[in-house]
Amino acid sequence: MNAELLIEPGRAEKNYWRDLWCYRELFYFLAWRDILVRYKQTVIGIAWAVIQPLLTTVVFTLVFNRVAKLPAPDGVPYFLLVMAAQLPWQFFSTSLSASSNSLIGNANLISKVYFPRLIVPAGSVITSFVDFLITAGLLAAMMLWFQFLPDWRLLALPLFVALAFGAAFGAGLWLCALNVKYRDFRYVIPFIVQFGFFLSPVGYSSDRVPAIWTWHGFDIPARLLYSFNPMVGVIDGFRWALLRGQTDLWWPGIQLSIVLTAALCLSGIWYFRRMEKTFADVI
Amino acid sequence: MSDTIITVSNLGKKYRIRHQAGRQCYTALRDVLASKIKGLFQSRESEIGDRKSVEDFWALNDVSFEVGRGEVVGIIGRNGAGKSTLLKILSRITEPTGGRVRIRGRVASLLEVGTGFHPELTGRENIFLNGAILGMRRVEIRRKFDEIVAFAEVDQFLDTPVKRYSSGMYMRLAFAVAAHLEPEILIVDEVLAVGDMEFQKKCLGKMQDVSTKEGRTVLFVSHNMAAISRLCQTAVLLDKGAIAARGNTGSVVAAYFQSNAGDNAQFIPDPAKAPVGNDTASLIALSVKGADGGTGPTFVSSAALKVEITYRVLKPVRVLHVGFDLHGADGTIAFNAIDMDAAEGGADERSHRPGVYMSVCAIPGGLLNRGRYSITVGSDTPSGVNFYCENAVYFYIVPADGRDAHSENRPGLVCPRLSWKIRQVSL
Repeated sequence: MNAELLIEPGRAEKNYWRDLWCYRELFYFLAWRDILVRYKQTVIGIAWAVIQPLLTTVVFTLVFNRVAKLPAPDGVPYFLLVMAAQLPWQFFSTSLSASSNSLIGNANLISKVYFPRLIVPAGSVITSFVDFLITAGLLAAMMLWFQFLPDWRLLALPLFVALAFGAAFGAGLWLCALNVKYRDFRYVIPFIVQFGFFLSPVGYSSDRVPAIWTWHGFDIPARLLYSFNPMVGVIDGFRWALLRGQTDLWWPGIQLSIVLTAALCLSGIWYFRRMEKTFADVI
Repeated sequence: MSDTIITVSNLGKKYRIRHQAGRQCYTALRDVLASKIKGLFQSRESEIGDRKSVEDFWALNDVSFEVGRGEVVGIIGRNGAGKSTLLKILSRITEPTGGRVRIRGRVASLLEVGTGFHPELTGRENIFLNGAILGMRRVEIRRKFDEIVAFAEVDQFLDTPVKRYSSGMYMRLAFAVAAHLEPEILIVDEVLAVGDMEFQKKCLGKMQDVSTKEGRTVLFVSHNMAAISRLCQTAVLLDKGAIAARGNTGSVVAAYFQSNAGDNAQFIPDPAKAPVGNDTASLIALSVKGADGGTGPTFVSSAALKVEITYRVLKPVRVLHVGFDLHGADGTIAFNAIDMDAAEGGADERSHRPGVYMSVCAIPGGLLNRGRYSITVGSDTPSGVNFYCENAVYFYIVPADGRDAHSENRPGLVCPRLSWKIRQVSL
């Protein structure tokens, strides 16, 4: 072994990405640890992963459909409309909060061992993805129950899953790096998640948002502004792919979502890498 | 041995420290925003005043040294000398502010025993997790799994969550994983400070194996000078972030001891403030000297020593003895010496005539092992104790620079050369 390692200040390590590859097993182990630990010493164990989305969906259906009288598109049970949105939203919100707190939670590791720090927030996104898969299984069961099966559009789902991944990862990186530096960010995160919930079409369909909203004589492109939330495109995509295209896919929104997600991811990685060197000193 | 595996040149690390009461070390966004807004409205002067509260602190400053392949280097120094910062830079946990390090080979660092152990996971799961954290591959861990379990002696608790482990088991398991790493360079920080004696001995043995049998380069930080002397051929002494000495372990350890201002091979109680003694006898001075008259506190292991106890007898007594206990660094008594063993001389005189006396005990060269020793001195008469002073002096034994092969790595507080005879008793 004659791999030479040079340690210098401010050195952008050439082999960072290679290191990341070398440490892929650690990545796997950290995710595995989080999954194992999550349901240890709980009464119903893994059932939590089923009960939570199920109950939330039931409540949202009652509130938005029965109380607020929002309609579902033709032939789509409102329950499935909510659940198809609940699936990516739950993934986004849990991975966002998990990855933002991940570095703080692993502070003992950060200050004692070297490894590419990117593994930590990425690992927590993966952990949330396991919940996502469980919820997806639940959704499949519910679709069988309602006898409402998806068609060929399902093939587009992986694209939207990737988009959800990107959005969660990019935003997670930003929040996680900021959280190390400014500890009051941990109070900001629940806010973001809560706001994001109402600003995302989880309980309702995004076509309820008017294209143009006239306010005191000004025309506001409400739908476009609304789509600046990258999760809007993701959720619309999920609904479109899962519910046989019964909900419309608003292309400008999807495109905006893709661009925003890419920007969020790249800038997140850039910012994280910049902050990474000082993590051990400030954590 | 000749090729260098680690080259450290002009390494520096700066920390900013804030002198502000009640301020946590974390920056809160609130504070940053507040000070930015304040800055908008306030004059420049107050900002300068604010800046004064931030001070640069160089944890390491212009440190350069080289380590050869297969070398075991001890890094010593007082708390805050920069040892841990150095290790953190070498193991890439933190970045230096200046200078550079060139490392050839895989580095594994063990700055803490049990990093990343999760209390809820079982022993088996933690072995895999911890191994991965320390940079082992899964196949590597699987291959060494049995060895690790055997070393840790936890086989029947392998599927118990480690939160139910005793702290000894926990430590053993954690060290076992780390000890089975196979890097070219192993960086170890103070891990031996934990655990019982048995465990420490086992760890030291394992470290010795790693360095001698497997030919790895080891950087070892410890406050345990006995361990340093035993394991390391060379050492680096850090003081206030700079290198104070580098070279042969014996001389560096001696330099470390000499820099310890609190340690002294002479003890002279102040009769006005804190007299040591009663109305029968009182201690005037206790000193350890080399046979050549050197006053220490560092002595070469091959040199003979004299322990001189000077005391005043205040009234005639029938019998009076002075003596001392010699303690090793961990407080164990190596031996007790008492002047009733004196073959002839002033004992009779002393019991009849008050005055100042000196009892001198000769410790032959080569008896004491390397390490730190202390002396507890005392005197008694049949009616009771006259004076007793615990750990009155400290001194150090370091190996002779000429390094005679025998004194290498012998365990124990003493290492006397006993007489041996070897003869053949049968075919």
